Amino acid sequence: MTNPLKLSVPEGVPFIDWEREFDAPVEAVFRAHQDPELITQWMGPAQYETDVEVYDFRTGGRWRYVQRGDDGEEYGFNGVFHVVRDNEFAIQTFEFEGYPDVVSIESLTFADLGDGRTRVGGHSTYPSLEARDGMAQSGMESGMTEGYERLDALLATTAKG
Amino acid sequence: MIIDPSAEDRLDRAFAALADPVRRGIIARLSRGPATVNELAEPFEITKQAVSKHIQVLEQAGLVTRSRDAQRRPVHLDPAQLEAMTAWIDRYRLQHEEQFRRLDAVLEDMKKEKRK
Repeated sequence: MTNPLKLSVPEGVPFIDWEREFDAPVEAVFRAHQDPELITQWMGPAQYETDVEVYDFRTGGRWRYVQRGDDGEEYGFNGVFHVVRDNEFAIQTFEFEGYPDVVSIESLTFADLGDGRTRVGGHSTYPSLEARDGMAQSGMESGMTEGYERLDALLATTAKG
Repeated sequence: MIIDPSAEDRLDRAFAALADPVRRGIIARLSRGPATVNELAEPFEITKQAVSKHIQVLEQAGLVTRSRDAQRRPVHLDPAQLEAMTAWIDRYRLQHEEQFRRLDAVLEDMKKEKRK
């Protein structure tokens, strides 16, 4: 059973919020975010090969990785870790190098749920709605969705937002 | 990463149009089939003119169309724009879900490593 991803893309404010639980203790989840070798194994979209150049997950550290598509195209991403508190909290910046100077700020909260379970929450703030929607809209144009069933889901999300 | 500015404008307008509970109600009703302004006004305690204004906003956002024939002029849902909206939310979601499933696998490996 996969734990569900709770995602909220509220209207009118340039935020994205999400929440996800993991069947592992908070120390392990945190380490999977900190160890560059582990990061490489899960970060980024699967259709790209991710090459982590630097990933210094601590206060004042820097990160940069490059993703390569089948077409040989390279996409660079970078940012800094503004604050990292072990097993608790982190704030980082995020920049896609194809859109320089459009920087989002992302906070990560690690919550120990006991029984070897952890909840991670993310909150991203974009400089504008255009930047948020452009970011979420970007990447590969995958096939159009089936339509009306999805509408129900969308309306449920917007009703809560 | 190619962003079509006009597509982005349309998305912005669509999101702004749906930032209103009455307009979301109208869209929900239209997802079950076309309806006239009178029919759309029924569930809401607002005037027909107010409903017409809401429909206008939805029309400008490309979310609904009105047929020209006859006086009834039923309002139809235009699914293309809604699909564009749900498509990017879905893509974002899929990408993150996939990423977190890989993180699950990494965490599973770490557990096995520890038991050794």
